[in-house]
Amino acid sequence: MSKKRVIARLDVKNEFVIKGIHLEGLRKVGDPNQLAKNYYGQGIDEIIFMDAVAAYYDRNNLSHIIEKACQDIFVPITVGGGIRSLEDIQTALNSGADKIAVNTKAVQTPDFIKTASQVFGAQCIVSSIDVKRISDQKWEVYVDNGREPTGLDAVAWAQQVEQLGAGEIMLTSIDQEGTKKGFDIELNQIISAAVNIPVISCGGAGTEAHVVGLFQETDVDAAALASVLHYDLLAVNSLKQALRQNEVKVRL
Amino acid sequence: MSRIAIIDYGIGNVRSMVNAFESLSAEVILTRDRTEIMAADGVVLPGVGAFAHGMEKLDQYQLTDVIKDYARTGKPLLGVCLGMQMLFSHSEEFGHTPGLDLIPGKVVKLSPRNAKIRKLPHVSWNEIYATGQSGWDNTILEGVRQNEDMYFVHSFVARPDDAINILSTTGYSDDEFCSTVRQGNIYGCQYHPEKSADAGLNILRNFITMCKVNHDV
Repeated sequence: MSKKRVIARLDVKNEFVIKGIHLEGLRKVGDPNQLAKNYYGQGIDEIIFMDAVAAYYDRNNLSHIIEKACQDIFVPITVGGGIRSLEDIQTALNSGADKIAVNTKAVQTPDFIKTASQVFGAQCIVSSIDVKRISDQKWEVYVDNGREPTGLDAVAWAQQVEQLGAGEIMLTSIDQEGTKKGFDIELNQIISAAVNIPVISCGGAGTEAHVVGLFQETDVDAAALASVLHYDLLAVNSLKQALRQNEVKVRL
Repeated sequence: MSRIAIIDYGIGNVRSMVNAFESLSAEVILTRDRTEIMAADGVVLPGVGAFAHGMEKLDQYQLTDVIKDYARTGKPLLGVCLGMQMLFSHSEEFGHTPGLDLIPGKVVKLSPRNAKIRKLPHVSWNEIYATGQSGWDNTILEGVRQNEDMYFVHSFVARPDDAINILSTTGYSDDEFCSTVRQGNIYGCQYHPEKSADAGLNILRNFITMCKVNHDV
């Protein structure tokens, strides 16, 4: 029986894990390697490192953090933020990443996903999609860490990245992000039903019940958690126990 | 001390594999050199991505015969993910592509049969269990719990011709496939032991032990 995944998402700026609300107002919360190691010890299924400012300043500098992380963390590691070329992907993979997440560059040049998927394999390419609700059952895609609207419809874009060869979608609700008020269930229902590749849901987790509800009410494959883990509001192992008690299949 | 060679043919994330073995205090080299591979006490063939591309890269570095020659020495060989698939006779990914043909069988696309679990690639932690008569003692799965979760990321699976080679099975969307294969000294894991936390490291530790036994003889 395949399992639902619980993923830790670490947004990194200048060597620190930072966290904001709606992707803004960023605060330092800790050392990325130490946090990643803690979550690994608690049974996290996967770790995502995002370079929080890279898309904005057009650079990527996570490599040494990744190199250090994968010396003692033996679960899949994804790296994103500022990935703009095949060389950037190769650098991330050489550092020890298993997958890369691409957002801004894919919107600017959709064929980047296609080429990257052909060169590195679909399993390696995660399409990161940040969206804001614009009306009932309508979401718009944003780039540059939630700063720039694109005019793209979230559902149409999700289907397009699947066609282009993305292996997974990491879907972030900017409206819910950092609020700890729960996931945008409707968004996750609609996107996960619209595509045939796994969906990782980000943005809004505040309680165990939020995560349980996400898996019970939608078809997403994974929940990515940030604030609730970084601020010690939830522990990975007890969250997984709660999921199992609610008949959500997870690895213990 | 025994030495493990990880075959470097420009595919995927080999750093994780090196790190995992090093964390278990093994001596590891990353190489595509025939002499080093033949002299190793254990060889790992990693890999992710498309079958045809993987075989092309092995050919490009003239590694196909090296791996076959190494396998004939009787020393332990472990293929992981695409590296496992390439151990088989051929793949149906993009028509028909010949593999290393060390284990009889073919590689085919996973076929989700349950409409509720329809996603591909299969990216998930999932259980491995024994289906045949053969237990896991004295294999790389020794000490691994039945139904232990391992990390999978793939769309294709191996179908061994001979069920006796199936060491573990895994189910996805009402389809079952061979998740660990064994033929003599040759092993393959469809999942990534180097990414499967302690349970996966246990498998690599068993592999190292096998290589040591070999070295000491």
